[in-house]
Amino acid sequence: MRIWKFEHNVDTDQIIPAEYLTTGDAKKLAAHAFAKVRPEFPKEVKEGDVIVAGENFGCGSSREHAPRALLGAGIRCVIARSFARIFFRNSINIGLPLVEADVFDRIEEGDEIEINFEAGMIRNNTKKEEYRFKPLPEFMQKLLDSGGLINYIKKQR
Amino acid sequence: MPTIAEKILSEKAGKEKIVEAGEIVECEVDYIMVNDVTGVPAFEVFEEFGRKRGEGMRKGKVVVIQDHYVPNKDVDSAEQAKALRDYARRYKIENYYEVGKEGSGICHQVMIEEGFAAPGRLIIGADSHTCSYGALGAFSTGIGSTEAAAAMATGRLWFKVPATQKFVIDGELRRYVMGKDIILHIIGDIGVSGSLYKSQEFYGTAIKNLCLSDRITISNMAVEAGAKAGIVPPDEKVFEFLRGRVRGEYRPVYADGKESEYEEVFEYDALDMVPTVAKPFSPDNTAPASELDVPIDQAYLGSCTNGRIEDLRIAAEILRGKQVSREVRMIVVPASKSVFEQALEEGLIQIFLTAGAFVCGPTCGACLGGYMGVLASGERCVSTTNRNFIGRMGHKDSEVYLANPAVVAASALEGRITDPMELLR
Repeated sequence: MRIWKFEHNVDTDQIIPAEYLTTGDAKKLAAHAFAKVRPEFPKEVKEGDVIVAGENFGCGSSREHAPRALLGAGIRCVIARSFARIFFRNSINIGLPLVEADVFDRIEEGDEIEINFEAGMIRNNTKKEEYRFKPLPEFMQKLLDSGGLINYIKKQR
Repeated sequence: MPTIAEKILSEKAGKEKIVEAGEIVECEVDYIMVNDVTGVPAFEVFEEFGRKRGEGMRKGKVVVIQDHYVPNKDVDSAEQAKALRDYARRYKIENYYEVGKEGSGICHQVMIEEGFAAPGRLIIGADSHTCSYGALGAFSTGIGSTEAAAAMATGRLWFKVPATQKFVIDGELRRYVMGKDIILHIIGDIGVSGSLYKSQEFYGTAIKNLCLSDRITISNMAVEAGAKAGIVPPDEKVFEFLRGRVRGEYRPVYADGKESEYEEVFEYDALDMVPTVAKPFSPDNTAPASELDVPIDQAYLGSCTNGRIEDLRIAAEILRGKQVSREVRMIVVPASKSVFEQALEEGLIQIFLTAGAFVCGPTCGACLGGYMGVLASGERCVSTTNRNFIGRMGHKDSEVYLANPAVVAASALEGRITDPMELLR
């Protein structure tokens, strides 16, 4: 597991540049994730890696291709101080877990962490620290537990 | 004393009691818009839903618009546009807008011109600038493709009712200060996350006196501050625009005007606002155009933000009888076929061509670095678009400066970012 650290206001053009929006396929999109700002990302990212960022992660476009690219790259969770709203909805709706927690100054690249979503707890094994976060509202947790919006609606019928 | 957002969401959720900020509600939506980038994934998800034969498709609510990569930029985008065309055909979507055809153009301009956007409506679109229709008093907001698919199947979607911020801009605007400068001024003030998860409402004499086009620019960029919606209470200018154009009935919705309902109130004096530029790489990195001395390689006039006839008129007025700097490529892209035709009729297109600008048909084009107008490394563009993120218009080391159409025209003439008032001196 590797931590990928990003700054504030990471926009969707950074996550997946517009010129690659000719497919909705997560794996194909993943090959261009962060292509302009961190060209090493698509080559080095591994299944289970985690992104840690500051405020307003995922601002800009409504492209669902952004969380799809991250899922396709194997990102298991994005932890940020706050998220842009469309990115937030898209992620929950397609099953990419997000954690809103103020740990930007605490978690560094190279740290080893564990996340307990139910308990709302991040354990930093490198720094021997624990951080609490507020679990998702019940409705959104239900969406995630169902495996996204489509499965949630199917279940309701 | 609810806000406009609370009132519209309550009505669409079928609640007699007004829902309040923070509640999660399921609402019936009036329209669902998708384009060539977001539409194909939406139809794919719809089919995963087990609805291959299309039963349950709320096709009367669905609007499909080809605008981002059309005419196609390469084989992949051609395949994508073809797939969208095929879906529209298979599901017999009547609200389908094709390159060059009647009513076509950039999706948000089409939604407005074709009478889908109207006061009191709840409209979702798989494009972040769907918030543009707030200028007509609608609650409209950007969503993803999966949500679009769910709404296509059910006609409904969940919303968290947002808290509302009130922006009051009073006084008279100076010459060459436009809607673009109002919204850039506000974003510069509150920051790109200043309205995160919130709805904005706009009031004051400066907003009342603004033409609808400039109000659309303001609502269009609400999302650049993180807002879910940017709403202007609809008035006679809106009703007049909709006469003979709007589809079906509509009912305007107003807030009751109690300041206590707003999470925050921001007041501005219109006289404090000047032609404003957002420097790379964030829309909140603003400065007065007059304080910048930045040489440019490209000037772009167009997009859902500033590609309307009013925008073309003010640029043409500045360019008339003059020549674009030899160091600058100027690109003019009317936001719709109808804007293009109007500009032709008014002689604006000839003014642009004579001035040495390149003019082409409506497309999102260079705004998102999709294809035409892409920048090389180290190049700078002053642009009437809405985003100046890293690599937004091309190479990661290129730069986009956001400005109003008058600043873009003046800058094109001078070869560097220029406040149009300088040309009058």
